[in-house]
Amino acid sequence: MSDKPVTRRNFLYITTGTFTAAGAASLVWPFVDQMNPDASVKALASTEVDLRPIAPGQSITVLWRGKPVFIRRRTPEEISEAKAVSLDELPDPQDDSARAKNPEWLVMVGICTHLGCIPLGQKGEYNGWFCPCHGSHYDTSGRIRKGPAPTNLEIPDYVFLNDNTIKIG
Amino acid sequence: MSDNYVPKSAVGKWFNERLPLLDLIYGHLMPYPTPKNLNYFWTFGGILTFCLVTQIITGLVLAMHYVADADLAFASVEHIMRDVNYGWLLRYIHANGASLFFMAVYIHMARSMFYGSYKEPRELIWIIGVFIFLLMIATAFMGYVLPWGQMSFWGATVITNLFSAIPIVGESVTNWLWGGYAVGSPLLTRFFTLHYLMPFLIFALVILHVWALHVPGNNNPEGIDVVKGSQDTVPFHPHYVVKDLFALVVFLIIFAGFVFFVPNLLGHTDNYIQANPLQTPEHIVPEWYFLPFYAILRAVPDKLGGVILMVSAIAILAFLPWLDTSKVRSAKYRPLYKQFVWLFFANTIFLGYLGAQVADGMYLIMGRIATVYYFAHFIIILPLLGYIEKTKPLPKSLSEPVLSKKEKEILASGATT
Ligand code: HEM
Ligand code: FES
Repeated sequence: MSDKPVTRRNFLYITTGTFTAAGAASLVWPFVDQMNPDASVKALASTEVDLRPIAPGQSITVLWRGKPVFIRRRTPEEISEAKAVSLDELPDPQDDSARAKNPEWLVMVGICTHLGCIPLGQKGEYNGWFCPCHGSHYDTSGRIRKGPAPTNLEIPDYVFLNDNTIKIG
Repeated sequence: MSDNYVPKSAVGKWFNERLPLLDLIYGHLMPYPTPKNLNYFWTFGGILTFCLVTQIITGLVLAMHYVADADLAFASVEHIMRDVNYGWLLRYIHANGASLFFMAVYIHMARSMFYGSYKEPRELIWIIGVFIFLLMIATAFMGYVLPWGQMSFWGATVITNLFSAIPIVGESVTNWLWGGYAVGSPLLTRFFTLHYLMPFLIFALVILHVWALHVPGNNNPEGIDVVKGSQDTVPFHPHYVVKDLFALVVFLIIFAGFVFFVPNLLGHTDNYIQANPLQTPEHIVPEWYFLPFYAILRAVPDKLGGVILMVSAIAILAFLPWLDTSKVRSAKYRPLYKQFVWLFFANTIFLGYLGAQVADGMYLIMGRIATVYYFAHFIIILPLLGYIEKTKPLPKSLSEPVLSKKEKEILASGATT
């Protein structure tokens, strides 16, 4: 600090400046926040799905918050394949039991964790999903095995309402 | 140079005394001293200005018929194509205009690199140009999303997802951009707003670009300083007005060829399928003018790394005036640089070719090599060349290289021409 005395004018400058800056800064927020997901988008937050029509080895895709969600009724071979993998082989280690509440039903967001394309089912080197955009391979548990995607396919929040119905979100 | 302008009409005089606008425009377009040896590569500045104005005018009328809503956008574009009077023409001009705009800007930038136009004292002209280029990229990308076809949708998805690579806040940032949890109507509406706005920002930057250019004046193929108003310069009008107009006419013939004969050649057929959020097209490719950068993105096996490298590939251009350590501007007098700059152009085109292929096997490996070379050009080759290259002697004036031996002797003996 300089050795000039603090005058009444200095005080007025600094307080005026501070209040103007704080006021302007707080006014920026509404302009930024208006772009965030709005109330009507958030209102669509959950989806119920009837599982009865799906036979083993079949999958369906439902839309949840504008995103595709894969629901796959896995075959016993797929389940055993998913369980047999040792965690050391996985770029994003996660046990199959942590990904499927009921091993027969795999429920996951069908969006490649690389840049958001939709992977194709029962394709790729691990017989799970393959993303054609930049070549990511996922296994029968939806875990990333090869390619540029950094993480496993995301598991959304869901609950089994009863044996035949799940609620996503 | 503009002091001597006197409007002929009384109204002109009255106006100019109160606001010397005519004076300003006249000074920059008529007597403005220009090196006498500019070749056709110098006509692209004028062509680019024409492109910008064309995009603004056609865009404005398209916006009168277009609807920015995920449910209506695709149909409204078909409505423009089928129902609106001359809608097909306006849309084809706008779509092909964007491609030709990029063709012109790449030639314009290559010209600046070849002749060292970015060097002292023109660094700011170049940097403003890089910002114009950035805004052009953003504008063209957002514009391509508007017809809401499959490529629009999935291009938007892939590119907005780049932001999810940001550590920690990535997901919040993408949701903020989308105004939801996936690409949809909110994104389309905001992209339309920005696509409308940005060309006007480009326009403002072009004014700064030309203003900054008119301080030192044009560079030229010899890359030497010329004295304004000397034997080496000619007034902009009529010399370069006519040359620029001639080049523009040739450019317009090519433009018309695209619009009337192959209007969809540069587009992608998948974009005539309405966006479907449940199905990704087999092979997503961006517009041709983004391909080299797309190849760089895919060359890296890591998501964040790929994004950083792609952004750097553009950002590094802004540092070019300081990465190039040579004092000599024009490649004509730099035997090594001349070869390397051609190699750089070829490598960039090769990257563009790779960007259109499926990133697998050999293509991926070649993509990595070409990416490394792209950066090596800026970070290793250019800084070193300035020290090791033996440049050719520069001419003292623009006339010198074209004078006969006899004329030179006369000049040397002190006689005036
Ligand atoms: C909308 C895009 C652009 C427009 C309308 C535009 C316009 C112009 C005009 C009218 C000139 C003067 C005539 C000429 O030398 O050709 C010029 C010069 C120049 N431009 Fe651009 N430009 C654009 C983009 C760019 C970009 C992207 C760059 C580089 C990244 C760039 C770099 C330069 C340089 C270095 C000069 C000085 C040229 C010289 O005299 O050697 N421009 N520009
Ligand atoms: S988006 Fe799936 S690999 Fe890139």
